[in-house]
Amino acid sequence: MLLAGGLATWSPPREKKVGPHAVKKMSSKIRVVIAKPGLDGHDRGAKVIARALRDAGMEVIYTGLRQTPEQIVAAALQEDADVIGLSILSGAHNHIAPRLMALLRQKGLDDVLVVIGGIIPDVDIPKLKEIGVKGVFLPGTPMQDIIGFINKNVRPRVGAELAPPGPG
Amino acid sequence: MKSVAEPVPKLLRERADSFTTISGRRIERVYGAADIADLDYSRDLADPGAFPYTRGIHPTGYRGKLWTMRQFAGFGTPEETNERYKTLLRAGGTGLSVAFDLPTLMGRDPDHELSLGEVGKCGVNVTSLADMETLFDGIALGDITTSMTINSPAAMIFAMYLVVAEKQGADWKKLSGTIQNDILKEFIAQKEYIFPPRPSMRIITDIFAFCSKQAPKWNTISVSGYHIREAGATALQELAFTLRDGLEYVQWGVDAGLDVDDFVPRISFFFNAHSDFFEEIAKYRAARKIWAHAMRDRFHARSERSWKLRFHSQTAGVSLTAQQPYNNVVRTALQALSAVLGGTNSLHTNSLDEALALPTADAATLALRTQQIIAHESGVANVVDPLGGSYFVEKLTREVEDGALAYFEAIDKMGGMVEAIERGFPQKEIAESAYRFQQAVERKEKIIVGVNDFVQHDAPPIEILYIDESAAEKQLAKLDRLQKTRNADQVARSLDALRAAARSTENLMPRILDAVRAYATVGEMCDALREVWGEYEEVPII
Repeated sequence: MLLAGGLATWSPPREKKVGPHAVKKMSSKIRVVIAKPGLDGHDRGAKVIARALRDAGMEVIYTGLRQTPEQIVAAALQEDADVIGLSILSGAHNHIAPRLMALLRQKGLDDVLVVIGGIIPDVDIPKLKEIGVKGVFLPGTPMQDIIGFINKNVRPRVGAELAPPGPG
Repeated sequence: MKSVAEPVPKLLRERADSFTTISGRRIERVYGAADIADLDYSRDLADPGAFPYTRGIHPTGYRGKLWTMRQFAGFGTPEETNERYKTLLRAGGTGLSVAFDLPTLMGRDPDHELSLGEVGKCGVNVTSLADMETLFDGIALGDITTSMTINSPAAMIFAMYLVVAEKQGADWKKLSGTIQNDILKEFIAQKEYIFPPRPSMRIITDIFAFCSKQAPKWNTISVSGYHIREAGATALQELAFTLRDGLEYVQWGVDAGLDVDDFVPRISFFFNAHSDFFEEIAKYRAARKIWAHAMRDRFHARSERSWKLRFHSQTAGVSLTAQQPYNNVVRTALQALSAVLGGTNSLHTNSLDEALALPTADAATLALRTQQIIAHESGVANVVDPLGGSYFVEKLTREVEDGALAYFEAIDKMGGMVEAIERGFPQKEIAESAYRFQQAVERKEKIIVGVNDFVQHDAPPIEILYIDESAAEKQLAKLDRLQKTRNADQVARSLDALRAAARSTENLMPRILDAVRAYATVGEMCDALREVWGEYEEVPII
């Protein structure tokens, strides 16, 4: 007998790769780049959250492993991302996050929502928030919390229905 | 005939409609003689020490010798880690287990751009032989056994260990220990690969051949299910993919012209000890049985030593929670107990703080004490395979065995494990299981105490080990000094010879030993091979 996750029920997941041929669709869907910077290859969390966000109706682009901040920003630019989600478990966040935030500012992508998930010591969280990382999610965070956070904090999408103009 | 709407008698009402293991396996209310009616004692179980070793590989179990209490440790500089090792040995640890940092694991020197922020963070940084000399300073390698969790650069790190042992006057033929050296599970789960699968497999068969002559007591590979499970696999997937990886290594060794009985006895395994108690015990028992049959019947091994599956286990890091971290002590104790009841030969128990950081010395000591309490106070080590004959455990053992054999068949049809990996098969299976488990947790079908139930918001924070940037600074300064003092010509010549060997079919180990003796760095040796073989890049599967 095979288990629930076994051969019998397996079907190929959708593939999506960053590259010049990646298909861009104009839609009001929130576009999220999930990235795994640094040398670490533990990608369970990155892949689980990528699927959860996709199931929640977002357009998700997973960069794959060992991306430099430069590559992640290039992907965000090319993919017109509203959100960058970094998965970092190795302790390299204090180096990667400041570099990434500086590059985003340089490219005029200040309004991209940046969130980090992984193993982040409590003492580092205020430092990350100070440089503009909006959300830091530690082990055990429900996926629904992350989805809710993104929906609440993401910039409104161009082309999406705009709120009616007010008197101000 | 009874109506379907008729209520279940109160006495038989249950908490849930169905009960499943953490892996999603359905569990019945009670098991009985009918569940194991076709079990034949001598064929399926046999006494401990007898083929197929379902009940254990030693006739005396832990009455003869307790399992090795081997605590995985490493952080910062070789100096700091050397201190931790001495502490663990003084506390009664019976073997060392080295955790390397990501730059070392990925074959990058501390001055490489990708090493930024990673030096010494997840383990100890070892750049050259000089660091290895420091790491084992004052520890006699001839007297202890050492396990080293190193995969892509395993040949280089092992060569460094051999040279340090040689300098201490130890005999390679008597050296005992393990290198993980399991590249297949890197492609499948942990992703610490450098070179493409085929040249990676060639390095491994070169190590098999070298050790069978030069270091016959060294465990050349630790075929690892641990990381496969941590990546989200079920217990069955862990068992099936790990053992099938093992068969792949044996096949490659045979194809390289080695005699099965010359290298298979030095293949060992490494399993996860996860939270679902009986399913884990069944997994270990089935593993021994499947391996024994595969070695005897599929590869025609004649030596009993080839038939006996020996394994290390580690409690499940992924089961640890950042919330209410003291709960982790209890989780770890139960997981460790399952590994012991399953007959583990060696065990690492995780520390309570590892969902937050690398462990403090106190947390690591408590983890070791957990094993000592199981060994010396619980009484479970006094009898071999105490659960043998349990209707439930025997039925589960049979179920996971059958499930693993079905996976073997599917992978064999793909052409083998390398081919299965190249088409992303195990990777996709694991990602699917990981997602299903996460969904079950979110729906509260699976309860994690302190996370999705019994939540406590005022739990006081615990003290954690904070690794700053000083290790990186020290390692960079050492690398700079090394580059100024070593014989640059000797380094260049040895790296040229390594490149030439990589292009030919000659065994790489002697060339790597020469480069190590010249104090070539891990990064330089790996770069030499990158130039010849290129680097592997996976196609994202989501």
